[in-house]
Amino acid sequence: MSVFDGLKFRRVYSPIHNLDPRIKFVYVCAIFAVAIVYWKLLPLAILFLIQVPFVILARVEREWIRSMRGAALLATIIFLTNFIFSFINAGYIVTASNLEYAIAMTLRFIVLIESFSVFFLTTSPDHLGLALEQTRVPFEFCFAFTTAVRFVPVLAEEAQTIMDAQKARGLELERGNFLKRIRNYIPILIPLIVSAIRRSLELAETMESRAWGATKNRTNLYTLKLHKGDLVLIAVTGLVLLTAIYVRVFLTIPSLNDLLGGFFYTARFLI
Amino acid sequence: MAIIETKNLTYIYPNRTAPSIKDVSIKIEKGEFTLITGPSGCGKTTLCRCFNGLIPHFYEGSIEGEVTAAGLKVIEHPICELAKHVGLVFQNPENQLFALSVEKDVAFGLENLGVPRDEMRKRVDWALNLTGIYDLRERAPYELSGGQQQRVAIASVLAMQPEVVVLDEPTSFLDPLGAKKIFEVIYDLNRKLEVTVVLVEHRLDLTAKYANHIIIMDSGKIVLDGEPRKILSSEEARLIGVGIPKPTRLYQILQKDGINLGSTIPLSSDEMAATLRRVLEANDRS
Amino acid sequence: MIEVKDVYFTYPNGVEALKGTSLTIKNGEFLALMGENGAGKTTLVKHFNGLLKPTRGNVLVDGVNTTKVSVAALARKVGFVFQNPDNQLFSETVEEEIAFALKNFGFKEKTIRKRVTWALNLLDLTQYRKTSPFMLSGGERKRVALASVLAWNPKILILDEPTIGQDYQQKEKLRQFILQMKAQRKTIIIVTHDVEFVAECKPRVLLMRQGKITADGEALEVLTNPEILTYTSIVPPQITQIFLQLSDLNLSEEVIDVYEAQKKLLNILEKRAK
Repeated sequence: MSVFDGLKFRRVYSPIHNLDPRIKFVYVCAIFAVAIVYWKLLPLAILFLIQVPFVILARVEREWIRSMRGAALLATIIFLTNFIFSFINAGYIVTASNLEYAIAMTLRFIVLIESFSVFFLTTSPDHLGLALEQTRVPFEFCFAFTTAVRFVPVLAEEAQTIMDAQKARGLELERGNFLKRIRNYIPILIPLIVSAIRRSLELAETMESRAWGATKNRTNLYTLKLHKGDLVLIAVTGLVLLTAIYVRVFLTIPSLNDLLGGFFYTARFLI
Repeated sequence: MAIIETKNLTYIYPNRTAPSIKDVSIKIEKGEFTLITGPSGCGKTTLCRCFNGLIPHFYEGSIEGEVTAAGLKVIEHPICELAKHVGLVFQNPENQLFALSVEKDVAFGLENLGVPRDEMRKRVDWALNLTGIYDLRERAPYELSGGQQQRVAIASVLAMQPEVVVLDEPTSFLDPLGAKKIFEVIYDLNRKLEVTVVLVEHRLDLTAKYANHIIIMDSGKIVLDGEPRKILSSEEARLIGVGIPKPTRLYQILQKDGINLGSTIPLSSDEMAATLRRVLEANDRS
Repeated sequence: MIEVKDVYFTYPNGVEALKGTSLTIKNGEFLALMGENGAGKTTLVKHFNGLLKPTRGNVLVDGVNTTKVSVAALARKVGFVFQNPDNQLFSETVEEEIAFALKNFGFKEKTIRKRVTWALNLLDLTQYRKTSPFMLSGGERKRVALASVLAWNPKILILDEPTIGQDYQQKEKLRQFILQMKAQRKTIIIVTHDVEFVAECKPRVLLMRQGKITADGEALEVLTNPEILTYTSIVPPQITQIFLQLSDLNLSEEVIDVYEAQKKLLNILEKRAK
């Protein structure tokens, strides 16, 4: 149920929620591009930190931490995989640069999760649907998307009712071996699917009765207009991209090794 | 001028052999509040779907006879055109709402028709106010009760400003108070805006008093068609098995016992109470 | 016997659906639970077969606390027919659908076959034995759902909104059916909005509002009390409404039935004629 909770309509007002989803998406893609371009630890860490203010402004800290925690398992796998392979490649020795590489790859993954998570946490489904419509995605797809989201809580509740109804006829979902348990879900799945098909038929009848297909030039009650906040975000995105390209092309980034080495060197010097 | 008219209408669903409606000829005049009723399976739902073109265009199957709505021959015009003149509200409120906000749902038909935004905004607000749900306009359908959802469905039909609104058992899933509210909204539409209303219902005790035309069907055929008071107090109606309003039934049996209750047949508890009051007070005086 | 002892129930989303309800239902009683949507009626009956367990308080079925047994064990005694039959139909034939619960409860093959035939007969479904339940009409599917619950012969039968979408004749058949079950000494509980149906059945009536029981008595008593009905957002039966409007004429208002009304009025008019 907690997955569905995330998709249930929750109205939060924050400057980030009000930003145009199209601009937010461009921003997220820019972060994605920049993250791919670098494989050194320092710039990736900076990228990770840049997004934290967004999370705070949007007041979605709790949910964000939850999605980060969800990514932890995969992140650990990525780290271990990268580390082990570079360990083997280097001839079974641990070097600072191998370690840094593994951490950097993991961080790249985390940056991606972070930015997409911020995007979905701060964009309500109807806002997203509207953005899809205005970017000239064929209306059938936008409609399918928003209608699906609209029915998620309905289906979740129906699934619960079906489970109750079958439990009341003696169905025991927790008992039996693995195979039996899967078979026990048939009396849950079939009514759910049949109901979904019936529902689709009724929805189709209603769509037709509300003049679906009357004209190819569909209009929209709402319209997305860019305002100040969006322009700021466009500027920030541009800045990030340009800085990233400049630094990548013209500067060399110190590796952690160098930084730390420098530190140790300085420390040794001091001693 | 009949706003909906059928002549010898017969229809068979695809993959079936027996017709669901047989030789149906009816006339519904502009401005009427028509009640269509009959036992389950009598064909009333099938008949409704002939009024806006779902039959034959969506359901296909085989159709004979004529059906005209708002001057258009239904067989010759697509549903998207007929929808501008005949609105259809269905039984299940949940499956008539697609959008994530009430006002977007109400605007759905207008968006499909390509109505410009300013005009759309005006019509949406108008429809929301008529159905008493203006305050709910930004809510999501999941947050609404069944009665509220059904009012959204009615508003979304009204926004298209059809001449006729057909409602197929709209209160089946609602509690009695929710149902009462819906009927009041519909009655208002009929009286104040002169929208022709065609209501398919079982609950005659709540709805008979609003109607000025009643059609009773059985096994796909029209059995009774005419003025509600006469028809609902007839023995034939009782034998078909429709739910005669209790006040009407009381009137019937008292008349049979020889009590003269006057010639106006009551369709509601208010009317029957008034009739009884008259008789009892007259009795007192004598 | 079902005992509800000061039960409180809060849903996981924080909604407190039952606020201290207490109630005893004896074997063989016929009871109607009424109230508007959200009053807690379905929440309450779901405690009787263990689908829900109280947050506070106890529910005992035949002396056994519902938290100590599984839903399947309680279901043996308490048959629950849900409002929408499509929430349970999944088998290839009506026969299999009816046999489902019997298999779950571990009945023997021979017994299953006997019981299925019995249930099919009882609900006039024998002709549909080998038909797919999905091919049947709405009313027929409702009967299949009912048959599939009756098949294991539970002592207690709960019907959730059994009259929704039914026409007058179907409701009459349902009423006759309930009387039949009553004659077999089953305990019958219906959750419903349908005041006219309750007026015809004349069970013990319980009214609920916002998680509390606000009235408990015979149908004739409860359905003719305008204050308690308004408080619970219930409209009195049509016949009662007539008499309530004539209250100033000193006619007794305790009528819910057309034929009772007929008798009463004939009496009054004869008396006055003298």
